[in-house]
Amino acid sequence: MLIGLINGSFYALLSLGLAVIFGMLNIINFTHGAQYMLGAFAAYFLLLYAGLGYWWAIIIAPILVGITGIIIERLFLQWLYKLDHLYGLLLTFGLALIFEGTFRNFFGSSGLPYSVPPTLQGGQNLGFMFLPNYRAWVVVFSLAVCLTTWFVIERTKLGSYLRAATENPTLVRAFGINVPRMITLTYGFGVALAALAGVMAAPIYNVSPQMGANLIIVVFAVVVIGGMGSIMGAIVTGFGLGIIEGLTNVFFPEASNTVIFIIMAIVLLIRPAGLFGRAT
Amino acid sequence: MKRLFSLTALAVALGCGCAQAQYSDGSIKIGVMNDMSGTYSDLSGQGSVIAARMAVEDFGAAAKGMKVEIVGADHQNKPDVGSNVVRTWIDVDKVDVIVDVPTSSVALAVNEIVRDKNKVFLVSGAAASDLTGPKCTPNTIHWTYDTWALANGTGKAIVKTGGDTWFFLTADYAFGHALERDTAAVVEKNGGKVLGKVRHPFPGTDFSSFLLQAQASKAKIIGLANAGSDTINSIKQASEFGITQGGQNLAALLAFITDVHALGLQTAQGLIMTEAWYWDLNDANREFAKKFAPQFKGVYPTMVHAGVYSAVTHYLKAVEALKSDADGKAIVAKMKEMPTDDKLFGKGTVRADGRKIHPMYLFEVKKPAESKGAWDYYKLRATIPADEAFRPLADGGCPLVKNCSASARRRCSASC
Repeated sequence: MLIGLINGSFYALLSLGLAVIFGMLNIINFTHGAQYMLGAFAAYFLLLYAGLGYWWAIIIAPILVGITGIIIERLFLQWLYKLDHLYGLLLTFGLALIFEGTFRNFFGSSGLPYSVPPTLQGGQNLGFMFLPNYRAWVVVFSLAVCLTTWFVIERTKLGSYLRAATENPTLVRAFGINVPRMITLTYGFGVALAALAGVMAAPIYNVSPQMGANLIIVVFAVVVIGGMGSIMGAIVTGFGLGIIEGLTNVFFPEASNTVIFIIMAIVLLIRPAGLFGRAT
Repeated sequence: MKRLFSLTALAVALGCGCAQAQYSDGSIKIGVMNDMSGTYSDLSGQGSVIAARMAVEDFGAAAKGMKVEIVGADHQNKPDVGSNVVRTWIDVDKVDVIVDVPTSSVALAVNEIVRDKNKVFLVSGAAASDLTGPKCTPNTIHWTYDTWALANGTGKAIVKTGGDTWFFLTADYAFGHALERDTAAVVEKNGGKVLGKVRHPFPGTDFSSFLLQAQASKAKIIGLANAGSDTINSIKQASEFGITQGGQNLAALLAFITDVHALGLQTAQGLIMTEAWYWDLNDANREFAKKFAPQFKGVYPTMVHAGVYSAVTHYLKAVEALKSDADGKAIVAKMKEMPTDDKLFGKGTVRADGRKIHPMYLFEVKKPAESKGAWDYYKLRATIPADEAFRPLADGGCPLVKNCSASARRRCSASC
């Protein structure tokens, strides 16, 4: 159960970024997995070349990867907003393959070592299980990040501009707001969230070029179940599915990979817009 | 890409007509197929092509008037992709021998095709011991290691040093099941007990709930019957959950030096594993590694790479002796007849069921303080002599050895 919560926090962080990007930009960002991987690699490079540890990485890596996201948006994505979703999907999928291929070429497929920061090593014995400190930190921190993002987008003025800009960009522009720049920054932010998840995952999972590809499918399922573009939906389903997966692991481990997709199929049949989605 | 391969091959085939009449279409063609882009691309991948090329150079093929070509392909760990590549290679490109092929499911598929087409299949990367058991063919030699040897090496050593209760963490597909089955048999035979097992989806990323079940089982040893990034993730997360500090030990039943490199010694220290080859065992190996690594992004050779080198060397010797590369069955029979001898694996033999026989080594991963630098990772714990390292001939159930007395084995394997 608790373990599920930890996995759930990764799902939530990643699907949050995806939901933000989809909700605000209408782009299905398949590069997300690669950007998550880039975040983990950035953390590794910062440690190796700049000697900056985990705490620096958690700030700097998302910014760096966010900047690459902004460059991608400026160079490629901005031309695609008017076209069908498919074009965005194909482009980002291609980019993801390029990133993964390049990293594999230089760093191989086995991955690189990255250890838990010294302050968070060890763990608490809760009586019924052993909870590593680092995992507890992951849950708390990602919950905080998720709720902050939700708050900013749904409850502040900046967020309302953003939402308005997706509904009717021309009108918002008429109010003197620079819509393209706002959209660029939103994409950058969504990407930074992916990178943040990557940094958090580096000490737990194997830092390797394929790490994103393994996760991205599940994350997409989470976004679909939560309702495409719904931010609260992404957060709640992220944690919820993590817990369900955790429970399946205990009772019927062979099915733990499948259970998410079964849920997805059921949700799509009953509520095609997703649990928290608004039908359009 | 595949078309490019075949075009080049065709051009070569047309261009060099009948310079050496004794070899089919003028040259001996070696096809190295493995995972060039996924999980297993560090432990096999392009490195196996490099190893094959080094074997051809060291053999001095050019000086002996043998024209040898090497082609490589990616099977993406999928049996259908691998089968297609092999069919095209054999039918269109006139490839004479298929080498390496990790991922047991792909190797088993290729095994059948190569037998039908009467070519040669030299397995280095795949592990399933079925290749020399029920599925053995007169065209296949299983070179480097197999699940039985791993289970026997690691399992026996651990039970004998007190690790007599086990819990398995198994990858939920053919290879994982085979490794778990073989190891459990060894554990029980040596007086140990299997307390439980859990099968995780392949590939997996989070192993924590499985590890907690393993922890709750109170078994002294947690056996990891998985490979590649699954093994790396399980070990990493086990250290995070304080499993090793809690007195339980991990046994990585299949791990390669590239996995240890990825884990870092801090996390991997103390792991016990069985391998067929390690670069720092003797001068010949060291020399090979120093030549190999710069060609392969600085990655040191694994036992799979060394196995490719050794297998290709022996193959070339057999072809040289027969002065022909046309009849796969005849070449393999010749390879079984001639004792093997190369600088990496030393002297050895190939058994009637296609099992290459050599010693296996039990290694322990060094503590960070003991290591002199990158890739200095293993301490030798024990050498398992050649006659104990592999499954006894009679136990495998290979149809080639049925009704064959030891003395008539050679004649039999050639005839059936």
